[in-house]
Amino acid sequence: MSYNNEMIEKYRGNFLKEVTDNVEEGDWVKMCMQCGVCSGSCPLGPHWEHPPQEIFMMIRANKREEVLESTSMWMCTSCYNCIARCPRGLPITHIMHGLATYSRRLGLAPQQQPTAKFAQLFWNNLAKTGRVNELKLGLSLYFMNGFAEGVKTALKMKNIGLNMLKTKRMTPMEMLGGHGCKDAKGLQAILKKAEELENVRIGKSGA
Amino acid sequence: MADIKIGAYVCKGCGLGERLDCDELATIAKRDGKAQVAQQHDFLCSADGVKMIQNDIDNEGVNRVVIAACSRRAKTEAFNFEGVTISRANLREGVIWIRPDEDDLRETTQEMAADYVRMGCAEAKYSTPPASAQEKGANDTILVVGGGITGMTAALEAAKAGYPVHVVEKSDSLGGSVGKMWKDVPRHSPYTDPVDTGVAAMVAAIEADGKITVHLNATITKTSGAPGRFSADISTESGGTSTENFGAIIQASGATPYDAGKLPELGYGKSKDVVDRVELEQLAIAANGGPIKRPSDGKEVKKVTFVQCAGQRSSKEGHLNYCSGDCCLSSIKQAMYFKDQNPAIETEILFDDLRTPGAPGEDFYRSGQDKMITFRKGKVSEVVAGSNGPLVKFKDLILDEELEEEADLVVLATGMVANSGVDIDEVPQNEPGQWEVNVDSILNLNYRQGKDLPHLKYGFNDSHFICFPYETRRTGIYTCGPVRRPMDTQQAIEDATGATLKAIQSLESAKVGRAAHPRSGDLSYPIFRKEGCTQCKRCTVECPFGAIDEDEKRFPVFNESRCRRCGTCMGACPVRVISFENYSVDSVGQQIKNCDMPDEFDEKPRILVLACENDAYPALDMAAQQGTSYSQWARVIPVRCLGSINTIWITDALNSGYDGIVLMGCQKGENYQCHFVKGSEMAQMRMSKVDETLKTLNLEEERISTYEVAITDIDRAPQLINDMAEAVEKIGLSPFKF
Repeated sequence: MSYNNEMIEKYRGNFLKEVTDNVEEGDWVKMCMQCGVCSGSCPLGPHWEHPPQEIFMMIRANKREEVLESTSMWMCTSCYNCIARCPRGLPITHIMHGLATYSRRLGLAPQQQPTAKFAQLFWNNLAKTGRVNELKLGLSLYFMNGFAEGVKTALKMKNIGLNMLKTKRMTPMEMLGGHGCKDAKGLQAILKKAEELENVRIGKSGA
Repeated sequence: MADIKIGAYVCKGCGLGERLDCDELATIAKRDGKAQVAQQHDFLCSADGVKMIQNDIDNEGVNRVVIAACSRRAKTEAFNFEGVTISRANLREGVIWIRPDEDDLRETTQEMAADYVRMGCAEAKYSTPPASAQEKGANDTILVVGGGITGMTAALEAAKAGYPVHVVEKSDSLGGSVGKMWKDVPRHSPYTDPVDTGVAAMVAAIEADGKITVHLNATITKTSGAPGRFSADISTESGGTSTENFGAIIQASGATPYDAGKLPELGYGKSKDVVDRVELEQLAIAANGGPIKRPSDGKEVKKVTFVQCAGQRSSKEGHLNYCSGDCCLSSIKQAMYFKDQNPAIETEILFDDLRTPGAPGEDFYRSGQDKMITFRKGKVSEVVAGSNGPLVKFKDLILDEELEEEADLVVLATGMVANSGVDIDEVPQNEPGQWEVNVDSILNLNYRQGKDLPHLKYGFNDSHFICFPYETRRTGIYTCGPVRRPMDTQQAIEDATGATLKAIQSLESAKVGRAAHPRSGDLSYPIFRKEGCTQCKRCTVECPFGAIDEDEKRFPVFNESRCRRCGTCMGACPVRVISFENYSVDSVGQQIKNCDMPDEFDEKPRILVLACENDAYPALDMAAQQGTSYSQWARVIPVRCLGSINTIWITDALNSGYDGIVLMGCQKGENYQCHFVKGSEMAQMRMSKVDETLKTLNLEEERISTYEVAITDIDRAPQLINDMAEAVEKIGLSPFKF
């Protein structure tokens, strides 16, 4: 049984409880008093599918799939406006990231959402050598949405790239593997162990 | 009273000496004001200055003191002399602080000061020291009507303060609405769980208290008298009637739950599993801490839905227009009955606006959320029968969806309706000698104004919620608890304590013959010259406090201890036979007349400002403190209430050549701020008729303006005076200058 189905089975019909138990800071969701200050304070608010206030109400209304498959919480830019203003003191930013993490863990996170995509690219890039390879990360971003768009973006950014080369802020040699931390193998072992421990904590069988 | 001997005292402190010619003012007091003694002092409110005045009172026989110094609102402790009248000529806030210190303005500033000295002396001449009301009460006992938590608190508090109490309760036991509850919202921290109602302990305390007499199954069939000497007939169901005397009355008749039968659209009456909040208490009492079972088939409730604002906050026919204030807290408490017994029970509260006023409010709401009660912003349209229980149809206002949910039990959070007796506007008083008991009346007062306390709004009794709670329009009768406004238990308990203090204040004031409130301690009282009375009944009708009854010949009968000393009767009287010792048609009229009136070639207009002493006058004082200036033509006279303004003052002022008249009273109407409830309204009504006077005198309507001024209108009040000065400049001087 998939992890997602395990959870559906376990919390049958009580999504609020599921969130309380599994989402980082999720036990705060029940304390929302629906004033809407968070939604009004969010600088990206109008672009969210469901602003935070609505997400909290949807959780209480057992709208499990709609919440977890939503792109909304991936829109959060961690500006902390909502946390600063919430009269009930809910750590809304953290809850949004918690929900995003949880939906990804369940395999429900939207595949094409740019923030989610970028986060994965960044992680893959970093985990390889223990250092972020900016040239590779940049290029992978350019080509995130296909080859044609990638070439277009690259041409647009051409002058900046050349100037960076001139002033030695970037070296094309990075394409050949680039620099890394002293013991990249060791780092990967650490990350692997951490993942194992996390899976045990959340009761997920070997991924 | 012995001969009048006026002593005028001009202060030279606070800059008065530098700005004004005080020698001249003293001369004016002697020459124009006919003061036998006129003295100046560098610092009148100092011990030395006060001693000087006291010395004149003791040795020179001065019995009318005129203090030409600061506002009557300042230094009241220093200038407090026994057995004399005190008039204050306001030279500081009224003259030097509101006029710029410039050489070319010195002349008009001095004229202003001189006029205030003349006016002070004139007031002194026409006042006598008040002697305290003749009618004095002597009864200490307090009558508490209603044996609910409010009435019981009032009774216990009064007994603790040493006053004997009679409690009259209509039903067969004490406890009221709270007595029928399983548990109550906590009254002390931590505000987390429902607590014992405390009713049993209070009943025991009342039974053990020797000062408290309880009448059960009893109603009041007649109340007469006044503070300090009320008499009430207490009739029991079995037919016996006893008459008791009281010093003051506390009406704690509480509220009745709204009849949920009027809500068939919410399923009440159609399904047994739709209950109101009183019935849920009964279910909880029956469960006694075990699982609560639904009425239809005794099934243990696994899902319960609360519908907030049921039949409330709605303009629909038969619904309550207002918020009952405690239903949100009550529903949270009742949801906890389920959650505390079994956290797996689904509890949903459908609210439109969740409001949890009072000290426990937010904490208790949070505790409810912590216990996983679901709060959902939704508007219920209908409750119908479902397959396994009531089906609630509602619109989720956050998710913007129409939804249906089935529950085992639906609780309607219904409101409260005040037990405020009959509406005296609808039910007229019996004719004299034809007394009939009205079973719907709470107090059955024999006042000519009606059998119960006036209703203020939505059927709740008096009075102003914020400025003077508990004080009803019937002095000596105080309301507390939900009869006054919707409230929860804790607020009702606080309310009862406050009303008890008011009742004690009233009966103690009655004992010494002075006003209870808001002019606490005032010894003056209305004096009525019966020979001149034309029995027109205006005073009896216009008195906002029902203080004036009528005798068999329709002459007014003043009940002094019911009186608040506002003077509305004095303002109403067309033949001017009502006055107070230190406030009368003459004492103000003579101030108006004794103002020096320059002839028209001087081009110096005069503007009369009659300002309410409670709000407008303090606002002008504060404007002065802030250095705001207003027209040098203004002459301000404080009045007890705009309602006390007799139109003769206006006619006299116009006849003696004033160019403009500004009247400043308090806000009237629904959200009134008038200390005497109707005074400001009466004045506005009378002034609307002044236009005719103006026409007969061939004067412009612009010469009289009436305004509502609040104490906070510090910038506006001086502006209104300046506006009049401008208007006068535009239309020209009055032709009535001689």
